[in-house]
Amino acid sequence: MPNLDAAFSALADPTRRAILARLALGEATVMELVEPFDLTQPAISRHLKVLEGAGLIVRRVEGTKRPCRLAPSAVAEIDQWLAMLRRALETNYDRLDSVLATMKPEQ
Amino acid sequence: MSKLTLTTEGDRHVIVTRRFVAPPEAVYRAHLDPELLQKWLLGPDGWTMPVCISEPHPGGKIRFEWTNGKGGAFHQTGEYLELEPFSRIVHVGRMHLPDPTPDNHVETRFTPDGSGTLMTMRMTLPDAGTRATMLASGMEHGMEDSYARLDRMS
Repeated sequence: MPNLDAAFSALADPTRRAILARLALGEATVMELVEPFDLTQPAISRHLKVLEGAGLIVRRVEGTKRPCRLAPSAVAEIDQWLAMLRRALETNYDRLDSVLATMKPEQ
Repeated sequence: MSKLTLTTEGDRHVIVTRRFVAPPEAVYRAHLDPELLQKWLLGPDGWTMPVCISEPHPGGKIRFEWTNGKGGAFHQTGEYLELEPFSRIVHVGRMHLPDPTPDNHVETRFTPDGSGTLMTMRMTLPDAGTRATMLASGMEHGMEDSYARLDRMS
């Protein structure tokens, strides 16, 4: 499971969010990421390091390249965020059902 | 019939829908009346809302303070923007954890659904990162160990 604090900081940067959106389309090398983002290779590499540290992407070695892709856990994590928020809301609205059951029609 | 749906739309929106047995008048009131809000807008079991300010008119103040009675506490502030009895509430809100989160713009609609009500809540966050963080804090709020985290922050 990715480190949540690290994931928050990683997601706070618009370039890193854009990189994640690009990786959602499929694996990419650093060079393939440099082009659309108009950033230097060291700048892209720094962003990738943050994303990797946060557990949001994984990289593999292919010769001299290190292509990166979204970590499955990042996708699962986002699903889990939704599930937990859903549970908190369900608890509230179940309570609201009980409140509504005791309310008298307004005069 | 009471199944909740929670979906994301585009980069910045979260949509929640829920059906209620009661008519729109009652559901609308329960979303604005402080005494009623204190009974249900509480999150996980064990939390209470000792302070609830809700001034239901355009520009009216919102202030909700929650506590778990064990040192954990946080609050939300906001303002009402538009009110159409008994069909629509528009407000902005921010959580203080203790730093304020970016404004969440929320439109809540109540439409008749048979003898009951269909509620549709549409949240708009400033950007994708804020939405991701909000969804994540929803998770933390639902987790037992979030109590410990809140204890440390207070």
